[in-house]
Amino acid sequence: MTLLAAATNESLADLSNKLVYASMAVYMLAFFAHITEWVFGSRSKVGRTAAALTPAAAAAAGAAPAVQVRTKGGGTAVLDRPKVVTRSASGVRDVPDGPGAAGGTEKGDLYGRIAVSLTVLGFLIEAAGVVSRALSVERAPWGNMYEFNLTFSTVAVGAYLLLLALKKNVRWLGLILVTSVLLDLGIATTWLYTASDQLVPALHSYWLWIHVSTAIFCGAVFYIGAAGAVLYLFRDSYESHLEAGKTPGRFRTSVLERMPSAATLDKFSYRINAAVFPLWTFTIVAGAIWAGDAWGRYWGWDPKEVWSFVTWVAYACYLHARATAGWKGRKAAYLALFAFACWIWNYYGVNILLSGKHSYAGV
Amino acid sequence: MSTTDKAPAEAPNEDEAARAQLSTAPVEDSPAAPVGIGVIGWARWFWRQLTSMRVALILLFLLSLGSIPGSLIPQTQVDAMKVAEWKKTHEFWVPVAEKLQLFDVYSSVWFSAIYILLFVSLIGCIVPRTWQFVGQLTGRPPGAPRRLDRLPAYTTWRTDKAPEEVLASAKGLLGGRRFRTEASAGAVAAEKGYLREAGNLAFHIALIVMLVAFACGQLFKSEGGKLVLRGKGFSNTLTQYDDFKSGSLFSADDLTPFSFTLDKFDASYEKAGPQKGTARDFKAYVTYSEGAEGAPKKAEIEVNKPLEIDGSKIYLLGHGYAPVISVTDPTGKVVYRDAVPMLPFDGNLSSSGAVKVPDGYRNKNGDKEQLGFNAMFVPTFAGAGKGTMLSQFPDLNFPVLALSAYHGSLGVDAGLPQNVYQLNTSKMQEFKDPEGQLFKQRLLPGETMTLPDGAGTVKFEGIERWATFSVTHQPASGLALAGAVIAIGGLAASLFVQRRRIWVRAVRGADGVTVVEMAGLGRSESAKLPEELSALSAALYETAPSPARSAPADAGTTTEEEGERA
Ligand code: HEM
Repeated sequence: MTLLAAATNESLADLSNKLVYASMAVYMLAFFAHITEWVFGSRSKVGRTAAALTPAAAAAAGAAPAVQVRTKGGGTAVLDRPKVVTRSASGVRDVPDGPGAAGGTEKGDLYGRIAVSLTVLGFLIEAAGVVSRALSVERAPWGNMYEFNLTFSTVAVGAYLLLLALKKNVRWLGLILVTSVLLDLGIATTWLYTASDQLVPALHSYWLWIHVSTAIFCGAVFYIGAAGAVLYLFRDSYESHLEAGKTPGRFRTSVLERMPSAATLDKFSYRINAAVFPLWTFTIVAGAIWAGDAWGRYWGWDPKEVWSFVTWVAYACYLHARATAGWKGRKAAYLALFAFACWIWNYYGVNILLSGKHSYAGV
Repeated sequence: MSTTDKAPAEAPNEDEAARAQLSTAPVEDSPAAPVGIGVIGWARWFWRQLTSMRVALILLFLLSLGSIPGSLIPQTQVDAMKVAEWKKTHEFWVPVAEKLQLFDVYSSVWFSAIYILLFVSLIGCIVPRTWQFVGQLTGRPPGAPRRLDRLPAYTTWRTDKAPEEVLASAKGLLGGRRFRTEASAGAVAAEKGYLREAGNLAFHIALIVMLVAFACGQLFKSEGGKLVLRGKGFSNTLTQYDDFKSGSLFSADDLTPFSFTLDKFDASYEKAGPQKGTARDFKAYVTYSEGAEGAPKKAEIEVNKPLEIDGSKIYLLGHGYAPVISVTDPTGKVVYRDAVPMLPFDGNLSSSGAVKVPDGYRNKNGDKEQLGFNAMFVPTFAGAGKGTMLSQFPDLNFPVLALSAYHGSLGVDAGLPQNVYQLNTSKMQEFKDPEGQLFKQRLLPGETMTLPDGAGTVKFEGIERWATFSVTHQPASGLALAGAVIAIGGLAASLFVQRRRIWVRAVRGADGVTVVEMAGLGRSESAKLPEELSALSAALYETAPSPARSAPADAGTTTEEEGERA
């Protein structure tokens, strides 16, 4: 009986490994499709940002507020609802978002769609890999760094696809995300691989489900926020370059012109980080409760605890910075990146280099 | 955008008043030099600086940087052994590190200074903000600015309904959506989302609660360790502990009175596979009683499931084996019989320890002497001929005990505390085997070894188990948890609730038709505000539609242009 169970478990574990490799192959194809999308997109000549930032354009835009029209289709004279006119706050550059990687080209768009479809496929295969891993060990699939990495990229891709499904403007994220997912899985399979097995007693707790799953989720979504912050920094310096009347290089123009505007990226990154912050707070509190049950103290300045705290304070700092006049924009973005760097260090650095009570993590 | 900045000078004050007070965040003032002279001027300046958002930001950043060294350099609080080790390998840095209190970062002067300043700043920030917020709650939403079309979201249309009627239905509509409304001549002002501010204040107050709870926990806590053999008991008094740590305000009377006996201990291990030997489950079965003479109750203690007795928690920390050993003297009289706990030193529970026979033994000549044995114990021996005394598996598959024998003085009478797991052989002589070497032997359970020259026998009678427990008492952890829960709730409210204002103005135009204007203002630019305004205006439009003949395109008063701004 147990032998039979052991055999199915082993074959499930084997299946999980194969699924992970298969998802890597599919993500690889998605990567190439995205590259093709960018290449086709580079043939379009958009240059909307530059146009919007010339003094004449700015004056025109300021004089007449842009309008969002919501008419009922057809030629009816009666409006469904009154039109709402919006106006951006002062101090924000009034720049339209770029058209996305495809640059408005039909071929680019086709490849972009292919890339997204492949990403969906890769996601499904990878998720199946995580589930079969969980089934093979008959526990939450979060017992060691290999499993963390698998779940991490699955969640990041899942969050991205969810945002896409909600019709949010996030397709620009595709290439970066797929690249980092490949990196993440590469690290997982090459350096972190751990054969599937049971947990040490310290991990036998329902807090594992709560604390570890939210921790991974927060990390994955913070990652998306950090990617937004990096792009914001590039795009913002590009825009201020244009504003100053300079001409940025061709490659820079081609790539950044297709990205959303700095204001959009900034807002995107802020929303993501702000939305995850309460969950990250919860993660730390849940960890403290678990530590109280497992080790007899809810807070003991163990390296992992220290770095979770540092990460938390750094994100709190970022949120404060956003609320303080002189710290919006670039300075706040640097803080967001510092905070995310702390998160990553807390994962790789603390697990591998520092020893503490959390060192069960198993490389 | 530069053009919006150049708002006409006509009514900036009014606009400002309407835009202001959407939060209680302090206005950032420039770090101007202290106003006035003397101590009070400086004190006031210092206080203003300390309670400003900028300084809060800097202190927060310092707090995160300041906690880093404690994760890189071992901490006395966490692991004193590691500190000693680190000091040996980094001799050069020790004086510097000690000066900077780097071995006690979290209780160091500089770290305390950062968080105390931060919390003073926090209190200095919360108090005025709370007053301001109470003022906003009891006050009324500010009246409509003159030019509604300058606000971030705006809409307008014309209707045949009288202005009073429009405003009345606007008030009803907004009130129905739980806006706080305030009617004035020709306009309705409404505001919603006060929960944001309340949440934000609750969050910051909860931080103070958590800090206080944490401080209480540190000052009054106690933590003791105890090794308990199967069948033996423990009662919670200071003298019973093997080791004990406590906070600076702890007193021995704070110990919860209880006692327990270890009835049984179970452990299971991975039997095969790459992680063979890794522990899977530990369980200690105990009988405990509360108070001095409570009724006995049964309980199980597992790694993540401590037993809680009246605020004290009993944790299962570790476990091991204790060979039962009996010793006879040359006359055959049993002078010693006890289970001797051995300390494991690897994952497969290879263990070492010492057997000490302090009294009752007399040698062949009838002289009082003490006996001592260095002991090694392995639960699963590799097998005869495989030399080493290293265990192959943590369970009792092939237990073997190896003893080497000494006689003389154990040195226990010297009054110095002694490590029970180590034999101090400085005042002892070795028993010699026929080759003149130290006498040692490996025993299986039930086997007896005879000491040289008829000095007596040692019998390995059997094996007991032991478990180590840690008993901790940390007051105010409930308060800390309450603080944390409030903090998370407050944070969620603060980040997810939008505070916004809506104004509706209805004025009869020169042609007798009413012009309705609606505008919205939020804390931050958000796509939700235009959406909300759009929904509200659509609802109001139902009750006050445009005159049927009039084409809506010329209903508005602003120039319209199709933009493609998202
Ligand atoms: C113990 C350190 C502190 C932590 C961890 C902390 C954390 C936070 C967090 C996470 C937020 C974001 C919530 C939001 O945006 O609504 C926030 C907002 C805020 N904090 Fe703090 N804070 C601390 C100290 C302070 C101090 C000392 C002040 C006053 C000087 C302050 C004033 C504010 C204000 C005014 C906001 C709201 C900003 C807004 O309305 O957008 N905080 N704080």
